[in-house]
Amino acid sequence: MRIFDPHIHMTSRTTDDYERMYAAGVRALVEPAFWLGQPRTGVESFLDYFDALVGWEQFRAAQFGIRHHCTLALNPKEANDPRCRPVLTELPRYLDSDGVVAIGEIGYDSMTTAEDEVFAEQLQLAVEYDLPALVHSPHRDKLAGTRRSLDVVRESGIDPGRVVIDHLNEVTVRVVADAGAWMGFSIYPDTKMDPDRMVAILKEFGTDRILVNSAADWGRSDPLTTLRTGEAMLAAGFSTAEVEQVLWSNPVTFYGEQRLILDPLPGFEAGAAGTFEGNSVLRGGVPS
Amino acid sequence: MTADQDWLCGAARAVETDPETIRTVFPVAGRRVGRAPLEPATDQHGLVHGTTDDAARARLIDAMSGAVDPDRLTDLLIWLYRNGGAAERRGVLRGLSALAERRPHRLTGLVVPAGVALCEDALRSNDPRLVAAAVGPFAGQYLGAHGWRHAVLKCLFLGVPTAVIARLPQRADAELARMVDGYVAERRAAGRAVPDDARALTSRQLI
Repeated sequence: MRIFDPHIHMTSRTTDDYERMYAAGVRALVEPAFWLGQPRTGVESFLDYFDALVGWEQFRAAQFGIRHHCTLALNPKEANDPRCRPVLTELPRYLDSDGVVAIGEIGYDSMTTAEDEVFAEQLQLAVEYDLPALVHSPHRDKLAGTRRSLDVVRESGIDPGRVVIDHLNEVTVRVVADAGAWMGFSIYPDTKMDPDRMVAILKEFGTDRILVNSAADWGRSDPLTTLRTGEAMLAAGFSTAEVEQVLWSNPVTFYGEQRLILDPLPGFEAGAAGTFEGNSVLRGGVPS
Repeated sequence: MTADQDWLCGAARAVETDPETIRTVFPVAGRRVGRAPLEPATDQHGLVHGTTDDAARARLIDAMSGAVDPDRLTDLLIWLYRNGGAAERRGVLRGLSALAERRPHRLTGLVVPAGVALCEDALRSNDPRLVAAAVGPFAGQYLGAHGWRHAVLKCLFLGVPTAVIARLPQRADAELARMVDGYVAERRAAGRAVPDDARALTSRQLI
C-alpha cells in the first residue's frame, strides 16, 4: 500500500515513527504549520518554526525515505495574540520555497474577529500565490464553524476545489461535500474519526475529493491510522485502486504535482544518508 | 502556626511593604507551602477548589493589590503571568478570581481588560488546570458572552467539571444550549458516551 499522509505534524514525532511509517508504505507527507501546545508569543519563534519545516524536517524525513512537504500559515488559535499577527507580513517570502505546497492550517478556533481577519487575509495569499488552502475546522461549535468557514471561502473568491476543510465528521461532512470543497478526515485512536467510521463515510460519499490523514502530533495520536484506514477499506470490500486513490492519488491531486516532489529518494534503501548543516539524525551511523 | 503558614504570612507582609517582592516569592510558593489539592476527597486534581500553592499565590496577589495603583497592578499581573510557568499562571488567574469575589473595588482601570486577556490566553491552552483556573469568578463576571460560551465548551471537551465555572446557571443561555446540542450530536454520531455535565446544558434541559 502506497501512502501519502496529507496532514501530520512530524516535528512532534520521533525517528521511530518515520521508520514505522516507511515500513507501512508512507512515501510522502505534508506537515501543516500549527500550534505547538505552548503558545508562541512573537514572530521570531514562528520564523524559526517555518525554517525548520522547510529545512531540518525535510532532511530528517528524507533520511527515512519519505518526501516531506509543508503548509505555512498563522494558525487560528495564535491569530488571537496581537504579538503574533505580524507573521502575516513575513509569510509571503516563504511561499515560493521548495516543499511549501499550501497555505495552512487556517480557519477558526474560537470564531473571533481576529480569526475572521487572519483567515480571510491568508485565503487572499493562497489566491495570489496560486496555492491550495488547508482549513482546520474548529473543535467547538463545529458545524457552525464549518459553515462559517465555507462562507469565508466563498467570499474570498478562491476555487472551492482548491480548499480542504479538515477534521470533518459525520455531522459536518455534508455541507463541505455540497460546497464542492475537499473533505479532510483525521483518524485518531480515540477522538475525531476512527477507521471504521471513515469507511462508513466513504461508502456514503464515495472516494472523490476525500483526504484521510493521521494528523499525528504531540497529543495521543498514531501516524499509522492512514494504513489502518486502508486496511479497513479493503476489509469492507473497497478495491486496491480505490484505496490507492484515497491514500495516494487524492493528496497528489489536491496539493498538485507542480509543487510536490515525489520521485523516490536516491540511494535511500542502501542506507545512505547525508547531513544537515553537519548534523545527522543517525546517532553513531556514518552518513555517506 | 505551621512553617508553611508562617512563610506565607511573612511573604504577604513583604509584598505589602514592597510590592516588587512578589516577583521573587510568587515562583517559590509551591516549594514553600506544597501543591496538594485543597479538597482531595472530592477534587483530586485541584480543578474545582485549587491547590495549596494556588491559594498561597492568590493571597500574595491580594496583598499586592492593596499596595499598588491599578496601573502597577496591571503591569505586575501581566509580568507574573507571562514570566511564569503553568502553576504561576494558574496563581494569577486564581488571584484575579479572589479579587473579583472579595475586593471588587480593586478591579478598576486597566486591570479588568488585562485580566480578561490573560483568561483568554489560558483558555487557548489545552491544560485542564489552567482552563479550570480561567473560568472562575473573574471570568464569570468579566469575560464576554462569546468567549465565555467557548470556555464552557472547552471544559466539556477537556473533561474539566462544569462545577468549576462561576455563574454558570446565571449565564447559560439559548446560544450556549445550541452549541452544547451540537457537541452532543457529534458525540452520538461517533458512538461516544455523552457526559452528564454536557447533558445538563442542552436545550432540552433549558426548557
